[in-house]
Amino acid sequence: MAGTKSLNVQWAINEAIKEEMERDPSVFIIGEDVGKPGGPFGVTRGLIDQFGAGRCVDTPISEGAIVGLCVGAAASGLRPVAEIMFMNFITLTVEEFYNQASKMRWMFGGQVKVPMVVRAMTAGGFGAGPHHSSSLEAWFASMPGMKVVMPSNAYTAKGLMKAAIRDDNPVLYVEPLSSYKLKMEIPTEDYICPIGKAMVTREGKDVTIVSIGRMLLEATKAADKLKADGIEAEVIDLLCVNPIDMDTIYTSVKKTNRCVVIHEAKKIMGVGAEIAADLQENLFDWLDAPVARVAAPFTHVAFQPKLEKHYMPDADKLVAQVKKMIG
Amino acid sequence: MKISKDTKIDLLKRMIRVRTFEDDTTKIFSGGEMPGFLHLSQGEDAVAVGTCSNLKLEDAIYTTHRGHGCIIAKGADLKPMMAELFGRIAGCCKGRAGSMHFADVKTGCMGSNGIVGEGMRIALGTAFAQKYNKTDNCTAVYFGEGATGTGSFHESMNMAAILKLPLIFVCTINLYAQMTPKSDHVCIENVSDRAAGYGMPSIIADGNDVEAVYEAMAKAVKHCREGKGPYMLEFKSYRHHGHFEGDPCNYRPAGELEEWKKKDPIVLYEKKLAKEGVIDDKGIQKVRDEIRKEVDEAVDFARQSPQPDIEELYVDILA
Repeated sequence: MAGTKSLNVQWAINEAIKEEMERDPSVFIIGEDVGKPGGPFGVTRGLIDQFGAGRCVDTPISEGAIVGLCVGAAASGLRPVAEIMFMNFITLTVEEFYNQASKMRWMFGGQVKVPMVVRAMTAGGFGAGPHHSSSLEAWFASMPGMKVVMPSNAYTAKGLMKAAIRDDNPVLYVEPLSSYKLKMEIPTEDYICPIGKAMVTREGKDVTIVSIGRMLLEATKAADKLKADGIEAEVIDLLCVNPIDMDTIYTSVKKTNRCVVIHEAKKIMGVGAEIAADLQENLFDWLDAPVARVAAPFTHVAFQPKLEKHYMPDADKLVAQVKKMIG
Repeated sequence: MKISKDTKIDLLKRMIRVRTFEDDTTKIFSGGEMPGFLHLSQGEDAVAVGTCSNLKLEDAIYTTHRGHGCIIAKGADLKPMMAELFGRIAGCCKGRAGSMHFADVKTGCMGSNGIVGEGMRIALGTAFAQKYNKTDNCTAVYFGEGATGTGSFHESMNMAAILKLPLIFVCTINLYAQMTPKSDHVCIENVSDRAAGYGMPSIIADGNDVEAVYEAMAKAVKHCREGKGPYMLEFKSYRHHGHFEGDPCNYRPAGELEEWKKKDPIVLYEKKLAKEGVIDDKGIQKVRDEIRKEVDEAVDFARQSPQPDIEELYVDILA
């Protein structure tokens, strides 16, 4: 029988990268402070001692060049794993993702593949303010040729990182700072979470809650609160926003006839908007209520705690939305 | 530097190949047979040939939107290149990319780029892989003086230097960034002065003298193969055509083009080789006839290749 061990998200990501670096000599890490300092938040701790500076590369503050280097290295046969310290800094790399990485395979007639992983950390909920708190996955979810994964706990963090490194495509891996210390039991044996497959973490018959990223914690709390009021919520941890596993959502909504999406990113033009549009287009007759979204308002993240708390979606807002739907 | 007779003839032949391809493309494009935009490199032939003649198959190049010359000089087959310009399925990129986004990975042509300067950031990665794999291969990335204003240039120079990558920054000065003259957007006379600012050696040479280009590149390539890090080359040259085919070139002062055509790299080199007794008029004509046949065959090949099916939009998006 397979064993398990207790691990938090930070160490789960670290282990995933370490194991893949052991398995495949073409895997290397690169970014600011990732090598000798072990990462600004310690996620890449110990890797340089095991693998050396040639495979654990500290760079200047040049996000565009870091991701550009990853694109070229991946097209030339290596498998880079880069770190973008705060997801807001990814704005400096949109060129490398959009015009370069996502298009190269297709526009070169299949001559190259771009197997790169870029980790970006979201820091919502810490009072980090407008330049450090954003969740920008929707931009990359709109890019053909990209994959975008959003782990929610230690199990999916490890499984998705391994899958991402083994994937032959550019993968954006969005990791939430607030989840770093969350522990859970995960298998000791090698496993992956397949990219593009959502996970039903809790079954229910009354409403489908599609949760993205760190909102799984809020969705789970909300489902507990709803259960106390006799409402059985089915919770889907989406795990991947490009591609979106609509099949798992369809199966669930055909059962529950109601759907609410919860994500940290803004409601307007968020991934939830795409899910809602798709459901009303393809499952219209199955819906007993319009698809709802619990997400951030159309304004900016404040550093100020009261304002930030209002901005961020949470279990209470989700519970209120579900009750409104069920009426 | 001693350059062998065979190499000299090869340099001339390659320049004639580049020029014939570009001139034929000019005619065909003006007849309306090629979709999209073209940015042609007549006049910059010596830079393409003098640099690429130093590279082996395993070395890589990253080219600009004006990249045909370098890709041809690196050794790409003219047939799929021409088919690509016609937008046909037999094109090197299956007709999807066209002139500005050409790639021929098997000959080390890792991609032209429609985003000015962006090739430099990506070239870092190929040079990194060459070093990571403990080869003595190197990468050359081409750009014009316009690109030295981009963040990509500065980030890439710094990154290549600090990571000691086998990357050669080849800057062709052609005096215009699209329509703006160099003096209006570059604050110094020689852009390669910046190389010293990044701890990198550099050479300035006459971009219309193919042997001067060849010698400069040989030094840069040797430096890279010895693991000494990046190098910058600055070649003073000029593009005979406009920024794009159809460009009225109103920004050029009268007489400037004619002055530069007197320094046409192919005309100059034919004269030089004739004077040295390396090749005579008959020999040159033989080369021209061979190239003529090669390019004609490429055009026929392209014209006979079918258009891609609509399904091509949906394949190769993901690996």
